[in-house]
Amino acid sequence: MIRISTSTFDPGKELSAFEKNAGDAGAVVSFLGRVRGEETESAVRALYLEHYPGVTEHRLGDAEAEAHRRWAIDEPLIIHRIGDMKPGEPIVFVCVSARHRRDAFEAADFLMDYLKTKALFWKKEIRPGGDQWIEPRAQDYSDAARWNERDKDN
Amino acid sequence: MARILFFGRLADLAGGRERVLHIGDSVHNLRELVDLIAKGDDRLGAALREKSVQTIINERLNSGDAITDSDEIAFLPPVSGG
Repeated sequence: MIRISTSTFDPGKELSAFEKNAGDAGAVVSFLGRVRGEETESAVRALYLEHYPGVTEHRLGDAEAEAHRRWAIDEPLIIHRIGDMKPGEPIVFVCVSARHRRDAFEAADFLMDYLKTKALFWKKEIRPGGDQWIEPRAQDYSDAARWNERDKDN
Repeated sequence: MARILFFGRLADLAGGRERVLHIGDSVHNLRELVDLIAKGDDRLGAALREKSVQTIINERLNSGDAITDSDEIAFLPPVSGG
């Protein structure tokens, strides 16, 4: 399930509901991404996120389908915030259940790499010195490229 | 009328997320569309021509280059979700 949310959410409640629906799956992996605070003068005061309504959801569905193709997993849960957020608030939550843990770990990792480098979201940091649009770090791209490398090996 | 969408920093440069443009007979492809937009705004034109900017026509990726007056054309800077 894919949910783009304009308001904050409770990851604990979401995980609990996800577990209840996970049937007799042997493994549940969840990842929570939160707005990072910084202990510097240019600290991030807030984050603003936007998406391409309809298209973002559609392409996230493609990423879920890709995860299904690669691993023996159940229907994942992806929640992504848009709008204004404060440090400490959740931005993204991914839950994957599977019969075995490796499939659940890897599928969650894959979906997060997708969310970081390919999903249609744009993030702006609101700082005292001025706002700044964020782009993926080189590390994010090399993380995402690991899955292509693996395709070549197989 | 063509609907032009801008996201992220491109929306800031364009002064809004959406523009409705009559592109008529003068524009047949993305390059000509960017040229038309750039006529009134050099900075936005330069930003739209950056290699890292993707385009989506009518909500489909890899939708080719040809555009008509009834299309929705989205300009996307590098994404940053998660």
